[in-house]
Amino acid sequence: MSAPSAGQPGARQPSAGPPEDAARDVLVDVDGLRVRLAGSTVDVVDDVSFQVCSGELMGLVGESGSGKTTVALALLGHARRGLEVAAGTVLVGGTDMVTATKQQLRRLRGAEVAYVPQDPASALNPALRIGTQLIEVLRAHPEAVAAKGLGDPRARVAQTLEEAGLGGVPGLLKAYPHQLSGGQQQRVALAMAFALRPSVIVLDEPTTGLDVTTQRLVLDTVRSLCQAYGVAAVFVSHDLAVVGGLVNRLTVMYAGKVVERGPTGLVFGAPAHPYTRKLLRAVPSPERSEVLEGIDGQPPPPARRPRGCEFAPRCPLVMPACSEGPVPVVHLPGEHLVRCLRTELTVRPEENRAPGPSAQPGAAHDALLRVWGLSARYGPTEVLSNVELSVGRNECVAVVGESGSGKTTLARCLVGLHGSWSGEVRFGGEVMARTAYRRARRDLQAMQFIFQNPYTSLNPRTTIGGIVEMPLLHFFPSLGRSEREERVSQVLQDVALGPDFWSRYPDQLSGGERQRVAIARALVVSPDLLVCDEITSSLDVSVQATIVELLRRLQAERQLSLLFVTHNLALVRSIAQSVVVLSKGRVVESGPVARIFEQPEDPYTVSLMEDVPKLPRGEPDARFLAT
Amino acid sequence: MAIVTATGSGPARPTVRRRRAWVAVLLRAASLPRGRFGLGVVGFIVAIAVLGPFLAPHSATASIVSPFALPSRGALLGGDELGRDVLSRVLGGGWVLLAMAAAATALGVVIGSASGVAAAYLRGRWDTVIMRTVDVVLAFPQLVFALLLVSILGPTVWLTVLAVGFSHAPQVARVMRSAALDVSERDFVKAVELLGVRRRKIMAKEILPNLISPLMVETGLRMTYSIVIIAGLSFLGFGQAPPAPNWGTMINENRIGLVLNPWGVIVPAALIALLTIGVNTWTDAVARVAIGIDREAETATLLELPAVGGER
Amino acid sequence: MSVRRSGARAPHPIIKLLVQRVALGVVTLCVVSVVIFAATQALPGNAAVAILGHSATPAALHALERQLHLNRSVFAQYGSWISGVVSGHSGTSLVNGMPVWSIVGPAAANSAVLVGLSGVIGTVVGVTLGAVVALRKDSLLDHVSSVVALAVTALPEFVVAIAMIILFATVVWDVLPAVSMVPPGTQAWAEPRELILPVATLAIVIVPYIFRMTRAATVEALASDYAEMARLKGLPTWRVLAVHALPNAIAPVVQVIGLSFLYLAGGIVVVEFVFAFPGIGSSLVSAVSNRDVPTIQLLVLVLAGFYVFVNIVTDVVALLVTPRRRLPR
Repeated sequence: MSAPSAGQPGARQPSAGPPEDAARDVLVDVDGLRVRLAGSTVDVVDDVSFQVCSGELMGLVGESGSGKTTVALALLGHARRGLEVAAGTVLVGGTDMVTATKQQLRRLRGAEVAYVPQDPASALNPALRIGTQLIEVLRAHPEAVAAKGLGDPRARVAQTLEEAGLGGVPGLLKAYPHQLSGGQQQRVALAMAFALRPSVIVLDEPTTGLDVTTQRLVLDTVRSLCQAYGVAAVFVSHDLAVVGGLVNRLTVMYAGKVVERGPTGLVFGAPAHPYTRKLLRAVPSPERSEVLEGIDGQPPPPARRPRGCEFAPRCPLVMPACSEGPVPVVHLPGEHLVRCLRTELTVRPEENRAPGPSAQPGAAHDALLRVWGLSARYGPTEVLSNVELSVGRNECVAVVGESGSGKTTLARCLVGLHGSWSGEVRFGGEVMARTAYRRARRDLQAMQFIFQNPYTSLNPRTTIGGIVEMPLLHFFPSLGRSEREERVSQVLQDVALGPDFWSRYPDQLSGGERQRVAIARALVVSPDLLVCDEITSSLDVSVQATIVELLRRLQAERQLSLLFVTHNLALVRSIAQSVVVLSKGRVVESGPVARIFEQPEDPYTVSLMEDVPKLPRGEPDARFLAT
Repeated sequence: MAIVTATGSGPARPTVRRRRAWVAVLLRAASLPRGRFGLGVVGFIVAIAVLGPFLAPHSATASIVSPFALPSRGALLGGDELGRDVLSRVLGGGWVLLAMAAAATALGVVIGSASGVAAAYLRGRWDTVIMRTVDVVLAFPQLVFALLLVSILGPTVWLTVLAVGFSHAPQVARVMRSAALDVSERDFVKAVELLGVRRRKIMAKEILPNLISPLMVETGLRMTYSIVIIAGLSFLGFGQAPPAPNWGTMINENRIGLVLNPWGVIVPAALIALLTIGVNTWTDAVARVAIGIDREAETATLLELPAVGGER
Repeated sequence: MSVRRSGARAPHPIIKLLVQRVALGVVTLCVVSVVIFAATQALPGNAAVAILGHSATPAALHALERQLHLNRSVFAQYGSWISGVVSGHSGTSLVNGMPVWSIVGPAAANSAVLVGLSGVIGTVVGVTLGAVVALRKDSLLDHVSSVVALAVTALPEFVVAIAMIILFATVVWDVLPAVSMVPPGTQAWAEPRELILPVATLAIVIVPYIFRMTRAATVEALASDYAEMARLKGLPTWRVLAVHALPNAIAPVVQVIGLSFLYLAGGIVVVEFVFAFPGIGSSLVSAVSNRDVPTIQLLVLVLAGFYVFVNIVTDVVALLVTPRRRLPR
């Protein structure tokens, strides 16, 4: 950060803290990093500074567009195509990665600083065997192998796999990546990163797309390896709950700048930046049902960042001075830094969040949708077995499961997108045909579907107005034009999209806005049941919160029923009344949300609830303050 | 977001300006340097071809100088093998070539798109029949196919157009079928299927508008090949009957006298070359705009794989 | 927790593909032969009249009909033609009365030399240039070569041929023969100088396409996630290129090379004509001019056979260089 901290000597020393700190080396020292679009003055990140000591894990959090991946790659001296480092130093183990020569970088990468990318499919070359990819890292750095006494490369490969928890897997070295599960692939990536015992490790959202249980294992592995070898770790994530249970310190980024930095306990317990505060209120908790508060609007793209505070347009505490010039850093007690002019307001504790939907009385509610003995296949493979569930009027039922549980297939079978299934589905008392083509018009109208990916579910060649109008034209061809227009305007208003959206095209909208259009399209024909297939999985946390709250409001206003498919257990708590837990195509357990979350009976559900990352709340844990 | 509803009874609905997607693509392509170059060159050549016959100083068939005479005041480009004015023949020899190429391209694109989209829409047996026919026709080089038909029925204009047009159809069918299948798997098409809308309507309203980009690119590519093949046929002697002027034929006719008066060969060759370069460059600009200049896109462009634009 | 094993032993995918493709190719050729036959002989009206023209004498018409077996049923005609092709005696030329195979055979050999040489040279030059330029992306060399390639790729073969003649054989420098002096029926490699211009022309015709594709595929491979990750692991550049990047670049390049060979099959028609090279192309042109039906039929069939062959080879090689597809899953 640009403002000098009181009492800090000129030369770089570990920041003041408890006596133990003096013994730890600062392995990562980033100062004033600025990365811009090559050949322009547009910054992607600016004035980024932080330090990480050996054995310490630092979380780098932010939503899309915050620049966290750019910073992570800069730690390896790498910038994506089209980006260049404009200013600042990135000291990793004493070498400045910004000014290092190609030879220096090649020697350091892998040996002193290692990278674990988000998608193991891009870390592991599908054309090469696992063993080859592991051993080539060792063979490329003979001097590091010798200097650290790592011994014979083959032996070291076996050892590092063992350390990553893949010790007993037969035939692993000869296997190709596609023969491994997602969790195994990511652990191989970890083994590859730790093979040369680097002093710094950069993990870029390494648990995205993993099962909750596998995620927990991966996080535990990271923590134990880092502490065992004194490695400094930078853990990039958008998931505050995941990061909160793992790291000692947090750096929060927004629109390319660090907005808050400090020990995890302080940042979560006493967040000082309005963005952090709002973000925390958008994160759902598996422990209680709450109203999720999203943040309206979206982060400014690099070319359109305002003078002054980037968050000002969306900030509830904004005042004119915020937009005048760059905002300096303020130091709070406990090594807590924040970039804000309104800290005198933010250091006060907030009100508690409003409680969310209460569970419906479980018993007699007339079921709108009943499913018996649903089994589905893809070709020869059975993906669902004997699923049973029911959705009542004005009820939200969540269907949760890990990848491969069959939850998306279930949603598709129910609406008739997927035809190879058997069993009985009754909707409003009527038996449903297997495919949508064979169903009656009014059934099609009454059950609507919302897709996961907002970027592919809208016709790019049609205006928003045309997209939303289409179902009306199909189901109510006799409606007059002005009546149609009225209905479309009304539903656009209901999803908080202004009338100027009518003539826009999908590629002009953000992900959250597109998903709202999808919701509007589903609602315009006044359905009874909305089937939502992971509709918030590709959205940022703050946007997710707005969508979920929107759905809840609409559900209450229109007496809608919702079947909400998701893998995000915490989200379920804040939106659903009942939950159905799926695993490998079978219903493992189902019932009211409160009971399933607090007193799960099935061992699978029990372990699921244990492994769900929970955001630490309330008073900062003394543990965190010590570092 | 605060919504301000308009006063009055009706909803506040702004007038819809339907931005035609394909117009937008064309305009953007025209703004690229290669787009402007291509368009300019093509325009220039088309102007020569179309206006040429009216501007020719002499008749294209009358002998006015000695064979292969060098350029002089009366004949700016000299004389051809029979002493005719090269300039006048050049000015008159383009429009038939252009018209035939345009007709053949249009024919090929129409038949090919219809077959390709039908194969994608009808699926099953129809798909198999159409695609196997495509395979068979594609087993001939286009020029050879045209020669085969010409060999029996003679090189008439309409036959050449038919033959060349028909030989374009399979490639267009392949590309359009692939594009149509690709689009029909997208979520937004499934969303409409879920309403129970019939396939025919989905084809027309959801899928076809998304095929405009690959269609435009294919048309441009086919146009280039049409010119090459038809000019080639004329060059080989299977074009219009003499003494009609034709750029392709002229190159061959005047080859013998290359050392005496090269202009009779160079000028028509240069004109054909500029035309094909121009069309190809323009098509490249359109392809880049339609697909987006992604890193993956370039290999897809070069393999003539269909690309559906309009997405991130 | 074990590694997912592949299923039961399936037949090797390459063999399976080869068998499938060859079978399909044979079927295609059969259909092609029917099309050729239909186009040339089974016409409405009298084929003999179409060939000889309306002014032919009845005697000449009868002679031709007998020679072409036009008095027999269509199927019988087709049958005898096909059996003739397969056994090597497919009729005699209407022009000079010699067996058609004796014309087509040597011509095919000559064209094979031409196509082979220009294909190989064009591929080597195109791939090398493409790879070199990809490594120097955005340099002046890159911009210039891309522009030149875009222009040359659009040129018709005869324009390139004429340009070569003007440059090397007549107007500018007079070093190479403009027209081949090799009489039909002799071997092309007997007079290498005659080969230079035709081969150069054809090579120039295919180089730009191969160059552009190699460049694009290499650039894409270098920018791929795997190459990026390999660099981030600190691997030496040669290994990033050779092991992580290039294997992904080969497949599209192989496809383009196959397409180029196919294109050559059509390109030789014009190029051989220009240089009077005694190959299939020039034979076809003269056969068409003379309406020598038996020769035309065989020539086109041979060309179609070449097409099918190149397609099969391309498919198999493309599968070979895509390692992941090879594995039984």
